[in-house]
Amino acid sequence: MAQTPPIVAAHGIHKHFGTLHVLKGVDLMVAERELVFVIGPSGSGKSTLLRCLNRLEEPSSGSITVDGIDMLSRSTDINAARQRVGMVFQSFNLYPHMTALGNVALALRKVQGKSRAEAEARARAALDRVHLADRAGHFPGQLSGGQQQRVAIARAIALEPRVMLFDEPTSALDPELVGGVLAAMRELREDGMTMVVVSHEMGFAKAAADRVVFMADGLVVEQGPPAELFGAPRHERTRAFLGQIERH
Amino acid sequence: MTFDDFLLAFFSLEIVGQAWPILWTGLQQTLLLSAIVVPLGVGGGMLLALLSTVRHRLVRWPLMVWVDFFRAVPPLVLLIFVYAGLPFAGLEVSAIGAVAIGFFLNTGAYYGEILRAGIESVPAGQMEAARSTGLTRWQTMRYVVLPQAVRNVLPDLISNTLEVVKLTSIASVVALPELLFQARQAQSVTYNATPIVAAAVVYFLLLWPVVRLLSRLENRQLAGRR
Amino acid sequence: MTGLDRFLDSFFNLRVAVEYLPKIIDGFWLTILLAFCIILSGLAAGLALAVLRSLGIRPVNWLIIFVVDLFRALPPLVIIVLLYFGLPAAGLSISGFASAWLSLALVLMAFSEEIFWAGITAVPRGQWEAARSTGLTFAATLGHVVLPQAVRMVVPPLTNRTIAITKGTALASVVAVPEILGAAQAGVSFSFNPTPLTLGALAYVVLFFPVVILGRWIETRFAWKR
Ligand SMILES: Nc1ncnc2c1ncn2[C@@H]1O[C@H](COP(=O)(O)OP(=O)(O)OP(=O)(O)O)[C@@H](O)[C@H]1O
Ligand SMILES: [Mg+2]
Repeated sequence: MAQTPPIVAAHGIHKHFGTLHVLKGVDLMVAERELVFVIGPSGSGKSTLLRCLNRLEEPSSGSITVDGIDMLSRSTDINAARQRVGMVFQSFNLYPHMTALGNVALALRKVQGKSRAEAEARARAALDRVHLADRAGHFPGQLSGGQQQRVAIARAIALEPRVMLFDEPTSALDPELVGGVLAAMRELREDGMTMVVVSHEMGFAKAAADRVVFMADGLVVEQGPPAELFGAPRHERTRAFLGQIERH
Repeated sequence: MTFDDFLLAFFSLEIVGQAWPILWTGLQQTLLLSAIVVPLGVGGGMLLALLSTVRHRLVRWPLMVWVDFFRAVPPLVLLIFVYAGLPFAGLEVSAIGAVAIGFFLNTGAYYGEILRAGIESVPAGQMEAARSTGLTRWQTMRYVVLPQAVRNVLPDLISNTLEVVKLTSIASVVALPELLFQARQAQSVTYNATPIVAAAVVYFLLLWPVVRLLSRLENRQLAGRR
Repeated sequence: MTGLDRFLDSFFNLRVAVEYLPKIIDGFWLTILLAFCIILSGLAAGLALAVLRSLGIRPVNWLIIFVVDLFRALPPLVIIVLLYFGLPAAGLSISGFASAWLSLALVLMAFSEEIFWAGITAVPRGQWEAARSTGLTFAATLGHVVLPQAVRMVVPPLTNRTIAITKGTALASVVAVPEILGAAQAGVSFSFNPTPLTLGALAYVVLFFPVVILGRWIETRFAWKR
């Protein structure tokens, strides 16, 4: 795995919101086909880090390359680059005025310039991958939360990204709907997708992650394979955090 | 036309000085007129809104037709009808009388719609809770429902009041010497557009704070409905 | 003559009605033409300003806010009069129709900009982020994702405001445009009978009553899902 160049290489990422120093020099490397799990207390900067990776947030300093493309360079076509980085949000953010199919097809048509027919064929294929082909004509309001999140996943994978970012994809879901979304993520992983996942689903992390990254106060405190990090955390902060999680 | 000519025709301080006394009386009339027609409209609207709480269809339908009729007729048409039409029926009305009648009918319908929406926005449980404590229907309205109703539609009430004050300018058409009328008088005497510009500036200075306030209230309202 | 006869003879005089009906009908079409011009240009300009404002260029936004405030604060009749009687002083003469069109379009532009803008800001941030994360440009996100939602949200307030401003077409009679009210007033002064005014009022009811009802329907149809 170490031979192939990393898909995501972020170095020395700092992010300030006004006077608030949210990321204090974060490094993150993600290899091809790797599933990296990011955990950490609320406010530690997990979401901000993810959002820097596709430049929804502009880092104050540092460097980010995705699949060899310098994401922070002025000369990079950011809209083309973002197509290589799929993102799934906690609150789904489906377009409520479009059907599931319309949601998935929009960027295929407007960014990739595909014809309507081709875009819709691709969109259908993406919906099929999350087992929602039969819901293509439904509007988000007519879908359950779990189905909406799977449509959001389809919207991202339809663009054939090199890496997928998940920001607490199951946190807004009722417990009985979490399983379907995790199953879709697992299938994605089996198909070889590179993924960075911020989530509190520790069971999923233990079962599926290659590496777990623990963040606190805008820094990566420690990282390692799930068995190691969960089984024998080296840092006091990590132990405290995991202890807190287990008590819930 | 040079820039100086332009200034002279639209922004002549000398003309403003000359016209100011008569513009001032116009402004006073506009304020007086507003002080008459706003309460009249609110009163009429309150009456309509209270009537609309009567669920009987013999009240509901005529009420709805009344409101929609006076919302459909432009206020200037109503004013001219009252002012120029009624004398033919042997009813002489003064300009101010015609304005009062016209505004009562027109703005009353608008205030009525707003207040009705306000009353309907108060949950039925409020009414039931109040009645269960022994308050009469009227007391419940007066002390429980209306205060909440007015609060809920306050931005709309202010917005409508702004429109009513602006609307007083149509009284100039029936020769009531309010601000616009006086400005036009001054313009025709001085052969210069400055008095009308001055009147516009006065209106703007008078109403700008209200517009600012409204735009804040409206944004907050929409933001709350995400 | 009894009172009723006299009333009928004044306000519902068949002979006068037949004589002046064609003029009123001409005025009717002119009102519709004026209304369409105002609605199309006013809403287009308002939407354009709202889109421009979403680019977030500070000085431009201040200018937009000022222009919007200006035309929300000024009475439409004042703007009409200013253009019609004022512009000739600058050597530009403008027809009554054009001055009414321009004035009311500016007013509608101001109100609709404010409404469109409120709609745009009410679309959750997540919608922008989701669209941008798939590589859509700012313009594509605005056009395909944000505006469709914003416009849908603002249909009810926009409809009501558009109706209210469009009724201002009657103000054009003040600057000698023979739209419904202008034609009716001319009829009254020729015939010494107020029946043309009755016809005029009826014409407005025919024109705007369905529109007001439509507004009511849209209000319930597009009601906010709380
Ligand atoms: N747009 C913003 N403006 C100002 N401060 C922000 C902004 N976005 C995030 N922050 C702040 O940055 C810090 C890190 O936020 P972030 O959302 O990255 O945390 P997180 O680790 O994802 O937390 P959570 O688990 O609660 O989602 C928080 O203190 C937050 O308040
Ligand atoms: Mg977060």
